[in-house]
Amino acid sequence: MITDFTPYTSLAGGVLIGLSAVILLLTNGRIAGISGIYSRLFESSRLANGRSAWLHGEKSWQLAFVGGLVLAPLLLMSGGLEIEQVFTGDLSLIAIAGVLVGFGSVFGNGCTSGHGVCGLSRLSIRSLAATVTFMSVGAVVVFVMRHLVGG
Amino acid sequence: MQRVIAGFTAGLTFGAGLVISGMSNPLKVQNFLDVFGNWDPSLAFVMGGAILVAFPFFRLVRRLPKPFVADDFRLPTLQQIDGRLILGSATFGAGWGLIGLCPGPALVSLSLLSPQAIVFVFCMTSGMLLARAVANLSLQKAQRQVR
Repeated sequence: MITDFTPYTSLAGGVLIGLSAVILLLTNGRIAGISGIYSRLFESSRLANGRSAWLHGEKSWQLAFVGGLVLAPLLLMSGGLEIEQVFTGDLSLIAIAGVLVGFGSVFGNGCTSGHGVCGLSRLSIRSLAATVTFMSVGAVVVFVMRHLVGG
Repeated sequence: MQRVIAGFTAGLTFGAGLVISGMSNPLKVQNFLDVFGNWDPSLAFVMGGAILVAFPFFRLVRRLPKPFVADDFRLPTLQQIDGRLILGSATFGAGWGLIGLCPGPALVSLSLLSPQAIVFVFCMTSGMLLARAVANLSLQKAQRQVR
């Protein structure tokens, strides 16, 4: 299935993502890495010194960030935007992909946002290596599924 | 409270960016990875736009003593490319290619309440907890060896 090449809206969306990284960097002094922010929500709610991570730690802004992320499409839809989502696999494939994405992004310390956007913006060699790795493996998987197995 | 508002604003902006750029559609992401098929280069424009905006500010903050509403900057300090980075990124890439969702678009999809999004986020969360457990385990092992 073909999707339209959308250079203008994709660039505009990218600018917003960059802006988000800048907001978080200048205000909270943190990296806008979604796998890191989201997964740390499930860590202990006590800090090492015994104080609440919700009151004295990072958890409250992390939850607010994820909340903003989840609410964004609702806001855009109420403004009349239609959001298209096409899945090419069944629920079992989606489940397997979910586990791989979750495990890999936390084990490798970042995903498309942390390594791809923020890491490359920081000129980090580690993030460049990570980005090249996940993009190449992703491309190989799509090639095998679409052109070798799927036909 | 300021930190929470800043976090929420950043999340909302990020989510809007993902939707407007078309990255919340897994098919579009998969088509970016399908270089020899229905290639759709849009994702490169998303990353390009984001990096173009963020790059100068990551230079600027080196000269700022501290962020506006927090006590300190916490930016990654690791420089070394190790097995864990490559293994994790390869695993992530495999899952990303299979369906076309990474953590950001997955969380954004949650509010659309499709069974696909819910199953993906549930399994992604389990995978993340597993990775944290494995990482903590190897950390403890390393600490024991040091003692």
